[in-house]
Parts: sequence; C-alpha cells; structure tokens
Amino acid sequence: MNFDFSDAQKALKKQTRDLLRQVCDLTVPRRVLEGEEPYADEVWKALVDMESPGIAIPEQYGGLGFGYLELCVVAEELGRSLAPTPFSSSVYLATEAILLAGTDEQKQQYLPKLAKGEIVGTFALSEGSGALSEEKLACAFADGALRGAKTPVPDGDVADFAVVVARDGDADGASLALVDLTADGVERTTVATLDPTRSHARVAFDGAAAQRLGAAGEGWKLKDRVFDRAAVLFAMEQLGGSDACLAMATDYAKGRYAFGRPIGSFQAIKHKLADMYIKNELARANDYYGAWALSTDADELALAAAAARVASTEAYHYAAKENIQTHGGIGFTWESDCHLFYRRSKLLSLNLGSARVWKDRLVTALEAQHAA
Amino acid sequence: MDFNDTPEQAAFRAEVRTWLAANAEAKTGSKRSLNRRIDSDRGLEMAKQWQQKKADAGYACMHFPKEYGGQGAPIIHTVIYEQEEAKYDVPTGFFSIGLGMCAPTMMAYASEEQKQRHVPPMVRGEEVWCQLFSEPGAGSDLAGLRTRAERDGDEWVVNGQKVWTSGAHYSDYGILVTRHDPTLPKHKGLTYFFLDMRSPGVEVRPIKQISGASDFNEVYFTNVRIPDSQRLGEVGAGWQVSLTTLMNERLAVGGAPPPDAADLLALARGVELEGRPALEDPATRARIAEWYVEAAGLTHIRSRSMTALARGETPGPESSIAKVVSAPKLQEVSSYGADLLDMAGILTDPQQTLSDALFQSGYLYAPGLRIAGGTDEILRNIIAERVLGLPGDIRVDRDKPFNEIPSGS
Repeated sequence: MNFDFSDAQKALKKQTRDLLRQVCDLTVPRRVLEGEEPYADEVWKALVDMESPGIAIPEQYGGLGFGYLELCVVAEELGRSLAPTPFSSSVYLATEAILLAGTDEQKQQYLPKLAKGEIVGTFALSEGSGALSEEKLACAFADGALRGAKTPVPDGDVADFAVVVARDGDADGASLALVDLTADGVERTTVATLDPTRSHARVAFDGAAAQRLGAAGEGWKLKDRVFDRAAVLFAMEQLGGSDACLAMATDYAKGRYAFGRPIGSFQAIKHKLADMYIKNELARANDYYGAWALSTDADELALAAAAARVASTEAYHYAAKENIQTHGGIGFTWESDCHLFYRRSKLLSLNLGSARVWKDRLVTALEAQHAA
Repeated sequence: MDFNDTPEQAAFRAEVRTWLAANAEAKTGSKRSLNRRIDSDRGLEMAKQWQQKKADAGYACMHFPKEYGGQGAPIIHTVIYEQEEAKYDVPTGFFSIGLGMCAPTMMAYASEEQKQRHVPPMVRGEEVWCQLFSEPGAGSDLAGLRTRAERDGDEWVVNGQKVWTSGAHYSDYGILVTRHDPTLPKHKGLTYFFLDMRSPGVEVRPIKQISGASDFNEVYFTNVRIPDSQRLGEVGAGWQVSLTTLMNERLAVGGAPPPDAADLLALARGVELEGRPALEDPATRARIAEWYVEAAGLTHIRSRSMTALARGETPGPESSIAKVVSAPKLQEVSSYGADLLDMAGILTDPQQTLSDALFQSGYLYAPGLRIAGGTDEILRNIIAERVLGLPGDIRVDRDKPFNEIPSGS
C-alpha cells in the first residue's frame, strides 16, 4: 500500500506551485476578467516553457512521457492559482481525445505541437441548453465536412482546432471529428459567461473541412471515455480551487474582529470552515484515487472518475460560496477576490457536464461493479 | 502510487488468511452477521473464546510490546489482520474500549507491575475493561465532571455518578476520572484512577436506549475505596491523562455499521417506484451517488492512513473526519432506505421486510453514533481549532474555582 505521490511528483507539484505564485497571483485572473485578453499569454508561455502541456504525452510524440500522476499534481496547482489559460481544453480534452482515438498519422500531426504548446486544441460537445444525448445531436459530419453549431465551446475563440462530437451521416450514431478552426466554413463568436477569466465561444460550421477521429459511429462512447479521463483532471483543478477558498476563509476568520473577538472564534464560522475541510478532504481522497485509476488505466476508472468529479464539484461549490459568506459584505464586492473562485467553481462544475449527469454516471458504474 | 502490499506484508496477509480460513466462518451476504443474531451474554462468551484463540495464535494486539501480551509487531500488521478479520463472521465489539483506550492509557501511566498484571489478560480477552468518563452534567464538557474523590490515608473514597459507560455490566475493571479538589479551576482539580468494578459501593444500572437495546449503563459510586497505588498520573493531572485516552478514542471510533450506499443500491434494485425499479429513479440515483462518494472518500482516507502507518509515520489530520461523516450518513441512508420501502418501511421484523430490517435498525442506532465519542458539533470544533488553527471560543469558566462556576442547577 503506497497511496501517496512520489517524492519526484511532490517536487513537480512544488515547482509548479512556485512558478504559478510568481507568474500568476490573483491580479492575473483579475486582469483577464476586467480586460479584453482571452487568456493570460505570459502564464500559458511559462507553462509551455516548463513543458507542462506535454507531461503525459509519450516521448515518441514529442512529450515528456511522464504519467498522469504528474499531470494531476500540475492540475491541482492550476486550479489553486485560477490560471487563466487554455490548458484544460488543450491538454485534458483535445490531447486526450487524440491519444485515445487518433491514428498514428493523426498523433504525429497534432501531438508534438500540442506538447510544445505551438497549437491549442479544444473539445466541442454542447449545442445549447440542457444535457445533450446522442440521438439529439444536430451538428453533423458528412462527406468530410461539418455543419451545425456548438456553444459554449471552451477556448473556442482561441483554439487552433477542435474535436467535435457530431452525428455521422455515414454511420449509425455519432463520430468525433477533427476540424481546423481557422479554416473556411468556421465562424467563431466569443460568448459572455459566468467566468470571463476563461474564454468561450459559439462555433458555427458551414461545410468546414474535417476528418474523423476514431471509428465511425463510436463518437459518443469515445466522448464518454475522454470525459472519464478529463473528469479526474478537472477534479484536481477543482480541488486546488476549493483548497484555496478554505485557506482564504480561514485567514480572514482569524483576522476579522466582530463583537470584540475574531469571527473564527464563533462556532457558526468554525463549523462552516470545518465542513469546508471535511468536503475538501473527501474530495482529495476521491481525486487521488481517481488519479491512480487514470495513471494505471484501471478497470475502476469510470467509477473513480465520476466519484472524483462529484466530490470535487460539491467541495468547490461549498467552499466558494461559504468563502463569500465568511467574508460578509466585503466578499460581495467586485474588488474582493472571492468572486473569482465563485465564478470558476461554477464554470468547472459545468464545463464537463453537471453534477446531476455525473451522479448518474457514477451509479451506472456502481451498478456494473455490483452486478445483480 | 499503488495499492499492493510489500512482499513482507503480502506474506503476512497470506498467513493471516490461511489461519482465518481454518478457524472462522466467512461472512455471506445472505446471512445476518453474528453480532446481530445473538444476544450480548452469549456474544461475550463467544468473543472471549475468539479473542483467546487469536491470542494463542499470536494475532491479538500484535503491535503491543511482547511483555504486555502483544508481538512487538509494526502497527501495519494489526491493520492487515483487522482488514482480513472483517471478512469473517466473528463476534466483535466487546474489547474495543479496553484494548483501544484503557490499555494504551495503562501502558502510558501504570507501574511496570500493574502493566504486566493487567494488560496481558485484556489482550487475551480474560478481563474486560470499561471507561468511566461521562456524567449527567459532563458530556461534551467532560472537564465539568463532579464525581468526587477524597483522600483517606493510602486510599481514595469515591462518590458520584457516571453515565453512558459501554459494557460496565460485564466489565472487570474500569478507568475513572474524578474531581479531587472542587476549589481548583476545572481542568486542574481532576485525578485519574483504575478500579476493580466489583469493589463494594459500585452499582451498575443499564440504560434503555431508543432502540430498546441496552449497550450502556449508569454507574453509581457510594463510598467506593480505591488504593492510591491505582492512581494514574499525578494528583491533579487527570485532564492530561484523559487526553491520552481520548486521543486513542478518536483512533478507535471511526467507522459506522451498515447500511451504506451499496446496501441502498441493492435495496433500490428490489423495490419499485411508480412501476419501475427504484434504481431507475434519478433522485434515488443522485442520493446513492452522494453517499457513495462519502463512503469511498473515507475508504481512501484509510488507505492514506495505512500508507503513513506502514512508513512509521502518524496519519494526517484528515483521518479525524471519519466519524463526523459516517454517523450522519448512517442516519440519512437508513432513513432513505426506509422511505424506499414506503409504507412497509416501518416494519422492524427481519422476517417481514427486505434487507433484513437493516435500515430500520440503522435508523434507531444512528442518533447515538452522532453523539458518542465526540458529538458532531464537538468534532467540528476540534477540526476548526486543531487542524485549521482557529482561535478557541471565549471561556467563562476556565480560570474560576470549579465550585464557583454556574451549573444551572
């Protein structure tokens, strides 16, 4: 039994944390929130200089060839710092989709550039309000071209290419399609979201040239597998964020005086912060187990990923909202940093499908484990 | 990161498995566990026999030093043994307070002669111990206890009442914290002893719990004489000695009995909601997922603790959340399970309801678990103050003489 990260993985975590402290304190997401930039280019470049996007990409495709435990510790730190970069879209989603379903030629074409941060990819599923099903997909792939629209697509306005889930005109069901977002037949419009520190777009395809990724008709299943893998990495980001909220609320409760004493000496505040700690530790335990399942491609991955996702979504939601509550009125001002976490928490909880959907996936996986 | 034993641990686990397979009956899903099938008198007899068998084979309290009945083994051996034993239907629970709390306190504070006299019979299950701490006026505020100990030569004379004493009715010895001087501030006037539960003047009366069962007692002391040689720690050091016991309590009290998320899943397969299996109901699925995540989180936290123990390190503070998560979960899972049975959810006869009345018994047991061994509220205070470092509450009683503190009576 060795349920812990190795010394080298802990060192990588510290190195990433130190770097992000230097280049991405909370003034950086605030600058992106208040300005026009889609993301903080200097933070993205610093991560690329550390070769972070290529951590889990095999060496034969130009990556560092480490494993997913290494990528997980980086994700936790990205979440803690609220780094406003396209890292999650490009690394957890687009890269994973190509690694999972790509032909060797497709891997050669995309992965070395993704590893070096020379291109940014994303993943497009949502077509508007409500959780989508395979039967209701409107966006269609036929004769090497895509038609239809996706929204919101994370980093859809800055990514170079997207992996699109589309109804396949030549197969029964959906397929994944790779599409160059800078080519003809693609129209991208930035959309306003709850968290402007992470850019999103509506992407419309009008006969844009695309190629299949993975087998025809297998797109929905592949999407599920990509999402299982990404769920662990998103959960690690969520954990970093909820840890940061707990630290922020605890600091404030120690220093803020009311009724002649620190507010952290009142049980109403103590119990709130203890509950944050409890939820965070339940999330951490599930996330680290998910990290193990991801790194070993274990049979338990679907269940472990859903559990990590559900636990982290709950923990971050609670920590972000109760951090504001602990701060009182000042926490509701634009100048306070509380809302940066509150925004990000909701964004991350929906980017990969809501907790409602993940709870259902969890029980489906649990049913398989406890076959009747 | 891996979940494998080291070769040495794997060899030990294999040895334990072989021994258990030869000496105990494996649990089966269809049968009620021994602890639920038999009454407590017969259970105690069987538990004593089982404990002795374990001790003879060298598996009882393996991490205790050899001179006190253990094997001097690393604690990971005890953990591995317990993991394997949990798969077998053996009587449990009668020795957990003695071995988990009394023995460590004795090993820390008793004389060498007393340790050699008392700890090995505890390990062998020959003598059962209980913990005499809580009082009618001292629960969460344990240091507010009033049971008096007055010195009389080489002896102490004890008068007062303890409550919620698990197993006092079948215990041979007890650890006891008393007030020797009510004119001192509350934490400073306490003194700690162990005593023979058959001493004249000790009277044990069972408490009937809301479930109808009686696992706990009131214990009355009327002029009970305890030799000064049975004092643990200095006169006035009772609070420090109590903290040793309570630290071990938090390690000993962690999990909750079933039902859990997996039991709810099984039940939801077997009952219908609007003509479909309840397991297809999205609201039910969501609840199962939420409780599963809590249960899985605690399992993985145990794995982290085990990793630390295997390295000879102390488990991290996250292990302190087990009871505050599992006790309310037991209550909610039990309540929801009964709801799924709908009108028949009120039936408590295992013959007349699905799932062996597991949810009904959990429902009646859970309120006690949320209180025993630190209430939900006290555990949150401890996390806030010890783990997060938040300031203590303002105390109006800390420095006053105990007999001047308002008591409301």
